[in-house]
Amino acid sequence: MKLRNFLAAAVTAASFSLSASMTVQAEPVYVAATAIVEHPALDAVRDGMKETLSKHGYSGDNLKFTYESAQGNPAIAAQIARKMVGEAPDVIVAISTPSAQSAVSATQDIPVVFSAVTDPLSAKLVSNFDKPGKNVTGLSDMSPVQQHLELIMEFLPNLERVGVPYNPGEPNAVALVELLKIEAFKMGIEIVEAPSPKSSDVMVASQKLIGKVDAIYCPTDNTILTALESVVKVGIDGRLPVFAAETNAVERGAVAALGFDYEDIGRQTGEVVVRILKGESAGDIAVRVADGSELHVNPKMAQRMGVEIPQSVLARATKVIQ
Amino acid sequence: MSLFSFLGTLEIGLIFGLVAIGVYLTFRVLDFPDLTVDGSFTMGAAIAAALILAGVNAYVATLCAVIGGAAAGMVTAWLNLRFNILHLLASILTMTALYTINLRIMGKPNLALIMEPTVLSPFEALGLSNMYLKVIFVAVVVVLVGLAIAYFLNTQYGMGMRATGANPRMAQANGIVIKQKIYAGLALSNGLVALAGALFAQTNGFADSTMGIGTIVVGLAAVIVGESLFGSRSMLVIIFSCIIGSLLYRLAVSVALNADFLGFTTSDLNLITALLVALALIVPHIRREQKARKAAAGGEA
Repeated sequence: MKLRNFLAAAVTAASFSLSASMTVQAEPVYVAATAIVEHPALDAVRDGMKETLSKHGYSGDNLKFTYESAQGNPAIAAQIARKMVGEAPDVIVAISTPSAQSAVSATQDIPVVFSAVTDPLSAKLVSNFDKPGKNVTGLSDMSPVQQHLELIMEFLPNLERVGVPYNPGEPNAVALVELLKIEAFKMGIEIVEAPSPKSSDVMVASQKLIGKVDAIYCPTDNTILTALESVVKVGIDGRLPVFAAETNAVERGAVAALGFDYEDIGRQTGEVVVRILKGESAGDIAVRVADGSELHVNPKMAQRMGVEIPQSVLARATKVIQ
Repeated sequence: MSLFSFLGTLEIGLIFGLVAIGVYLTFRVLDFPDLTVDGSFTMGAAIAAALILAGVNAYVATLCAVIGGAAAGMVTAWLNLRFNILHLLASILTMTALYTINLRIMGKPNLALIMEPTVLSPFEALGLSNMYLKVIFVAVVVVLVGLAIAYFLNTQYGMGMRATGANPRMAQANGIVIKQKIYAGLALSNGLVALAGALFAQTNGFADSTMGIGTIVVGLAAVIVGESLFGSRSMLVIIFSCIIGSLLYRLAVSVALNADFLGFTTSDLNLITALLVALALIVPHIRREQKARKAAAGGEA
């Protein structure tokens, strides 16, 4: 109990009090969150979630919040999941596929909210989006790839081939590329794959796309996003516009991206957590695909990569990188 | 630490005890540093998961996983023995190749086994709570395997294997076919590691292409910690000290996870692991030095 008090005090000290106008809870709720690895997007999910929790009055004395990263190691993810279940929190939030699978296989009672899982169906976290049942629900961050292709077509109306660097070892990326191929086929666009198992392979894989494609599209793939600068360099050298599925990439040199703000995904995850804290059963909350609304553009890069940003895109951009 | 957390620590520690025994067989018995394990652990998980999802009986799937791991070990041995590729390099080559092969086996980078029948399924009817069942099952498997390996290393064939690692020339001069022993040793080692991967996938509900990363470090840590705690020449004690080393490693991880009050977080895990292994290496060294000093002092008097 001493430890709990200490933690509560630490959380109080660290959080700025937004909860003045909110209802005060007697017993602090306990939210235990875990992610497979420390990564800006995953960390943003955590921060967004805490923001929502605090907006609903769960902060300071009202909230015990723990966060563990498995350092990229599934065995440690499994150990973290067991630890959390043992502490019997009110909600477990599991960010990323292996963390969510570890949590779901460790408990059938404690509500588990997964987040930033691209394909919850094939990860067997739920068998049904609308009525997940049992103790699991959450948010999928499957990219709206059809909208992504449409965005690229706004830039390049004669688009025929799009090059896609991705890590064939990353579940989310593979699921995305599969979906991308289906959507591209419907639109008459050909996808040229550039597999890059490591961040050091990204440069060579992207270079091979020069001359073969009209544009490069970087999916939400940790390996590719780590080495995004390599792709940007290839884009400049080969006069190939680089598009991305994550808006942070635009600041780093992509021409444009329609994507998620991971902090916003965190806020949406937080809403689900709050619903459970208020008494709803996880199994009754439908799994949602996170809303993506951010459109960022980078005019300087567009010029260097030999495209022009259409007025229609500029008009609805949420952020223009100067 | 809660009971649930403790049981989880035990279970994962026991599973990695198989890895530790495997690493002991190559690293200590054969004196063959083998990094294949980073690939064969995932391979075990991949084969078991893919076959179970294809409807194969979980025990048959696990057996196939062991055979797959053994084959991977033999590839490393073959590269080393047939083409004289340095053992470390040969094993890195196999490990690298296995990454792709594992992706092929799984068809995608992550396979979920949640709700699928596993090796545990036949025992679920006993009515035991799942968290106890998993630990008991894994403990029985690991103890049986440990006993079998200790027995094996004391047979004439096993002694030949030990001689091969200790002094290959002498072994050869005594009529031991050392190549055959290296093939057998690497197959056995990686078969055990693949068994660990297959069990891990089944008790935790998934196989993932990244799950083998760092297996060799965990295995080595377990072997070295175990060795420094129980210096012994008895095979039985040595094999079980590997398992205990693995348990202690997981306990250290668990402490790191539970030690928020000390200011530790999971991001400190790698440092804690390194400190643990370094300590296990340093303590016996200091002890030896002290002994030598005492002996020297005694000699002078």
